[in-house]
Amino acid sequence: MNEINEERTSLPVTKSLDEVTIRFAGDSGDGMQLTGMQFTNTSAVMGNDLSTLPDYPAEIRAPQGTTSGVSGFQVHFGSTKINTPGDQCDVLVAMNAAALKVNVRSLVDGGAIIVNTDGFDDKNLRLSGYTANPLLNDSLSRFKVYQVDISKLTELALQDMNLTSKIVDRTKNFFALGMMYWMYNRTPDSTVEWIDAKFKNKPDIAEANKRVLKAGWNYAETTEIFNVRYEVKAASLAPGKYRNITGNSAVALGLVAAAEKAGLDLFLGSYPITPASEILHDLSSFKRYGVKTFQAEDEIAGIASAIGASFTGALGVTTTSGPGVALKTEAIGLAVMVELPLVIVNIQRGGPSTGLPTKTEQSDLLQALYGRNGEAPVPVIAAATPSDCFDAVFEAARIAIKYMTPVMFMSDGYLGNGSEPWKLPKPEDLPDISPTFRTDPNGFLAYARDEKTLARQWAIPGTPGLEHRIGGLEKQDKTGFVNYEPENHDTMVRLRAAKIAGIVNDIPHATVEGNDRGDVLVVGWGGTYGALRTAVESQRAKGHAVSHLHLRYINPLQSNVGEILTKFKHILVPEINLGQLIKVLRERFLVPAIGYNRVAGLPFMSSEIEQAIEDVLGGKLV
Amino acid sequence: MSKLVDQVVTKDQAATVKYTSKDFQTNQDVRWCPGCGDYSILAQVQRIMPDLNIPREKIVFVSGIGCSSRFPYYMDTYGFHSIHGRATAIASGVKLARPDLSVWIVTGDGDGLSIGGNHMIHLMRRNINVNIMLFNNQIYGLTKGQYSPTSEFGKVTKSTPFGSIDYPFNPAALALGSGCSFVARSMDRDPKHMQSVLKRAAEHVGTSFVEIYQNCNVFNDGAFFQLTEKETRDENVIYLEHDKPLVFGKDRDKGLKLDGFTPSVVDLKDGIHSINDLIVHNEHDSTLAFILANMTYNQALPRPIGIFQSIERSTYDHEMTAQIARETAKKGRGTLATLLNSGETWEIQ
Ligand code: SF4
Repeated sequence: MNEINEERTSLPVTKSLDEVTIRFAGDSGDGMQLTGMQFTNTSAVMGNDLSTLPDYPAEIRAPQGTTSGVSGFQVHFGSTKINTPGDQCDVLVAMNAAALKVNVRSLVDGGAIIVNTDGFDDKNLRLSGYTANPLLNDSLSRFKVYQVDISKLTELALQDMNLTSKIVDRTKNFFALGMMYWMYNRTPDSTVEWIDAKFKNKPDIAEANKRVLKAGWNYAETTEIFNVRYEVKAASLAPGKYRNITGNSAVALGLVAAAEKAGLDLFLGSYPITPASEILHDLSSFKRYGVKTFQAEDEIAGIASAIGASFTGALGVTTTSGPGVALKTEAIGLAVMVELPLVIVNIQRGGPSTGLPTKTEQSDLLQALYGRNGEAPVPVIAAATPSDCFDAVFEAARIAIKYMTPVMFMSDGYLGNGSEPWKLPKPEDLPDISPTFRTDPNGFLAYARDEKTLARQWAIPGTPGLEHRIGGLEKQDKTGFVNYEPENHDTMVRLRAAKIAGIVNDIPHATVEGNDRGDVLVVGWGGTYGALRTAVESQRAKGHAVSHLHLRYINPLQSNVGEILTKFKHILVPEINLGQLIKVLRERFLVPAIGYNRVAGLPFMSSEIEQAIEDVLGGKLV
Repeated sequence: MSKLVDQVVTKDQAATVKYTSKDFQTNQDVRWCPGCGDYSILAQVQRIMPDLNIPREKIVFVSGIGCSSRFPYYMDTYGFHSIHGRATAIASGVKLARPDLSVWIVTGDGDGLSIGGNHMIHLMRRNINVNIMLFNNQIYGLTKGQYSPTSEFGKVTKSTPFGSIDYPFNPAALALGSGCSFVARSMDRDPKHMQSVLKRAAEHVGTSFVEIYQNCNVFNDGAFFQLTEKETRDENVIYLEHDKPLVFGKDRDKGLKLDGFTPSVVDLKDGIHSINDLIVHNEHDSTLAFILANMTYNQALPRPIGIFQSIERSTYDHEMTAQIARETAKKGRGTLATLLNSGETWEIQ
């Protein structure tokens, strides 16, 4: 192997780039998520716009060195607006042969690979299924390959510290991080701070990590392995205070914010499930906001306890993924019947059944809209980006409280785990939520409705004179008594439907990105926003009359959606399912929409959407 | 409790008005079959409610689905008639969100032990401070007569025309095994006993579980008559009383004795045994509680009725409130502003 270890004789050239995508990949024990997150936070603090996507192995303890044990983290950062984690990466850091094997296909031609040569010994090659060492033949000739014996250099950096070889091995990711920091002109300060805080009680581990980080940096600086350095300037983001946030953290914050704004206690009943568990974790740490979290014995108890809490005047919430929603179905129907506020959070994964827990998909939309017995309408709201999860779940809570109804909030594994910079909102800028509890016993009827919203009043236990009974049996209009009369049932079915449909008057109009008429309107919902937007912008730059409509409200649909659709020759609906929103649009507006569907458990690439748009324009996709 | 809730609800935990049992009756027609054991249970609950001295608006009855689960409609308190098997889970949310409420769960052998079995055991394990009344009639009544998880082996019903091949649950033993801190049994046809047990259950801090033998005169008539009727009761039932020797029989001439962990019946008139040989009941002794609960389906032994166990254990609702208070005291009550400024932030000028 032609390692370059000599001291540098010439200074590296610095080139400026608008955007870069880096993928860190290694064995699941190699700390690639942490490395990626550190690189991300540092880039965010340096003012780049960015978007990230982790790629976890499905098994927690997959055999070391095999392709099923590879864990990756992709970060796309730039001085321009960044909408997606990047279709392909420009740089791949591969800690072993399996990581290279799995990820080389996502590298652009001419991209750079930085490999840890120690991860390409016979054992690693065999476990990863390589028959010949790719570093020794010309299979990687399309790329620039930088070979570094990261393991050995890490060992050398720590040789006088008397650490076990296991601990030494665990720090090698910081060597890779140090090299990347040098290569992209990042200051390691925030990572050093993080190490100090994290290993406060283990000073020798902190010292080791910092040394290795520095060793990586110095290695890149002093040897001639890299002759170019890159600079990615800060993006022109709106002034303000920012933090980097994942979709799941944004959901947790959005829920607490909504409860605080409303003056209610937040109660979460939840059962652990990938990829939604982080919301339960985050909310469990928000004790000082009065948040009550209840890890229930199952999905049903999760939602049932939340309904119980809502009955008593709390904002009840349950968080889950598709299989959990399936189990909660009957209880959602109960919440529809008893007309209590409730937010159901679905972080979608691949399905059906247990499906692909760690992958992403949009295949629960019809379940959200229709998956219940009886006529049980539920508002459905979908987030578009990780940080948008905050606003969208806040909106879900607002509607739930104001209209006394369960609301389905849709996110997905891609949004939940992906991250982007988020400009912190000001408390006073958040929408108003002001629930009132009924107190007057005079003329109290449990199912009397507000004329405008059709919501019934919230009368909570503990209020004298309002003792009443609710339940899943059909209610008599106004009184709320059990009633089986045919006319009454018809009235109540329609009332419940009208209440949800009426929310349309309380939500903003849909807005089109791009011109409001043209050849193709790309209509999407949920986590595909970034890919669709990038594709549409690129098509527009090429002179095509293409616009983008991204739906946050799927039920009810905003009042002007139908009209928007009439202004375009073609309507293209890309979805990571076999066509669910498209069914709704066709049924509701009788439009000949065209679907683009790929259900690979992966987010869309903007390039494939661009291709689909071109195919529609060229008459190939009809 | 949020400020908003605090503004509207009664603060006092003790009632200022003196109630009568009538105050707990609603204007709804009671729709159980004439002669159903549920009527007696409803009457006893309404009778003890005034004695609990809790403001009526602070009481919540939660039920699932089944004949028993109609109960909340007949109690003039707050009530929630929910879905099959989930009363325990809904009630958990009610109590955790609002520990100031007195929460009662009404369930049956189907609702609570079959479809709702999972929630039931976990509620008892957590020791949430609620009261469970399980009406055990050993049959499905509402769906018109299928065998239930407490029906005896061999039971012939509509769904078991050749006899059931299921072994029944022993609800008291299940409750003890789940770690329930208060476990008792009573009978629809023994109103005085039921009242005293329910009062004790209400006073207990922690989950109380009361199994109530209830006659379903339509689909399983007389299932408990050997235990409930005057002619046979004294010979077949042994009443558990704390700190008292376990005596039974019409002439109170029989008792229960332990050989190792095995209970047996002794004759107090045989000249060999005396009252000093008998087990002295101790509600705080979990081992004894298991032994007594395991007598349930033993034909050679009398059926224990009363309080098997009453032990003190910190409750989940208390722990939850305390944890929030501790964390709040450490860092102060969070506000929207502190929330929105949390995490690693940076400024863009
Ligand atoms: S079916 Fe049985 S349990 Fe149900 S109401 Fe009638 S008698 Fe009572």
